[in-house]
Amino acid sequence: MNTSLLFDPLFAAPFATGLVFAILLPLLGGYLRLRDEWLAALAFAQTAAAGSLLAMLLGLPLALGGLAAAGLAAGLKHAFEGATRGAQGAAYAMLLLLGWGISVLLVANLPLAERMGHALFDGQLYFTNSSHLIIAAAFALPAIFVLRWLSRRLLLAHFFPDFFRARGLSERRAHFSFDLLVAGALALATMSIGVMGAFALIFVPPLIAFGWADGWRRSVLLAVGSGVAAYVIAFALALVLDQPFGPLLGLLLVVSGVASALLRRISDRP
Amino acid sequence: MSAPLLELDALSAGYAGPVVGPVSLRLAGGEVVGIVGPNGVGKSTLLAALTGSARLFSGRIDKRPGLRLSLQQQQPPAIDGVPFNGQELLALTGATKEGLPPWLAPRLTQRLDRLSGGLLQFLYLWACLQAPAEVVLLDEPTNNLDPEGVAFLEGALRQRAGQGAALLVVSHDARFIDAVCDRTVKLG
Repeated sequence: MNTSLLFDPLFAAPFATGLVFAILLPLLGGYLRLRDEWLAALAFAQTAAAGSLLAMLLGLPLALGGLAAAGLAAGLKHAFEGATRGAQGAAYAMLLLLGWGISVLLVANLPLAERMGHALFDGQLYFTNSSHLIIAAAFALPAIFVLRWLSRRLLLAHFFPDFFRARGLSERRAHFSFDLLVAGALALATMSIGVMGAFALIFVPPLIAFGWADGWRRSVLLAVGSGVAAYVIAFALALVLDQPFGPLLGLLLVVSGVASALLRRISDRP
Repeated sequence: MSAPLLELDALSAGYAGPVVGPVSLRLAGGEVVGIVGPNGVGKSTLLAALTGSARLFSGRIDKRPGLRLSLQQQQPPAIDGVPFNGQELLALTGATKEGLPPWLAPRLTQRLDRLSGGLLQFLYLWACLQAPAEVVLLDEPTNNLDPEGVAFLEGALRQRAGQGAALLVVSHDARFIDAVCDRTVKLG
């Protein structure tokens, strides 16, 4: 166990990069959960990983490939906006399988893709550098402002869909803008914290927050707080115990989510 | 009579095919107009046509430029498990908390999924009724309300009309329609 690593400047940029996503992903996850579209998040992350691998093979920047593939996935999702809930779920599942199939075939057949594939799925946070941090921050800061602007529209469209349309507002436009934000955030997060790490951060903190908060604003704060707390603990544990970060983060969030649900159930008992 | 805020001229509307119409109607500020008729005649479809959610097959809708509509839907969306409270719900539509009934005002900080069906229905109604709008469309507003809630709603509707808003009310409740409406339009 080497606790001095926690304060090694070498890990400052990786820590800050992950922290950006530990704030942004739970924030976005609340709106995904509101719309019951968490499966879309996993599909975006998986598709982004496949896009990054393809970009690497074509000699293009990984971020470009991931963003393009996730953007394409958001476009496909948009095409299913008017479909039934069942058809939407089927579309997300198909997208997820498509991304997974392409990625695994690339990893299995091309030695160049193998290492990168593992890095994308398991997370390569400790190998990120200041350029990753700059890209993450350059995306996250405007994304938070856009989400702040979109928030009322997304909530109004959810709680008062007819009122929303009566005001001449477009649900499809609001939802597509949000999907692009989610796709972009997941594409970039996948490159540093991995597919499942990113998915865990977008899925579990809002799940915890929805169980406890008595209002939307508090649920957003609670989701971000629990996401950041889990991230910091997982980062420290992974360094000190010399373990892969992504699985530790995922496990920590699962344990937190289950403990939260049990506590909620106990406190709700008459 | 003052200039209409909204005018329907031989309007026929629906989805795959026409469901309602032809209907002609003029709605002026300060009026409460009831839409009545048997099930399936297209009362809700008429409201959907006014907000652009249903397709127009013939006739036309004239709205005063810049007209703001507010529509309360018959079925509130699923809110189970969603951390959202009454204050936040009213803030979404810009509705005021002033004048809320005393049995609802103290519950505004509670999550929506912990309110009874009647309280939730009234909260949704209030959010649409008191939203900044010149025309308010209400679809079966008395659903789930107890007599006390219905009586309070009647007063709130008259007050809103007194402030200059036009209200179009779809309801099966003949007594409620008689109590609040200046006139009625029968469909079917």
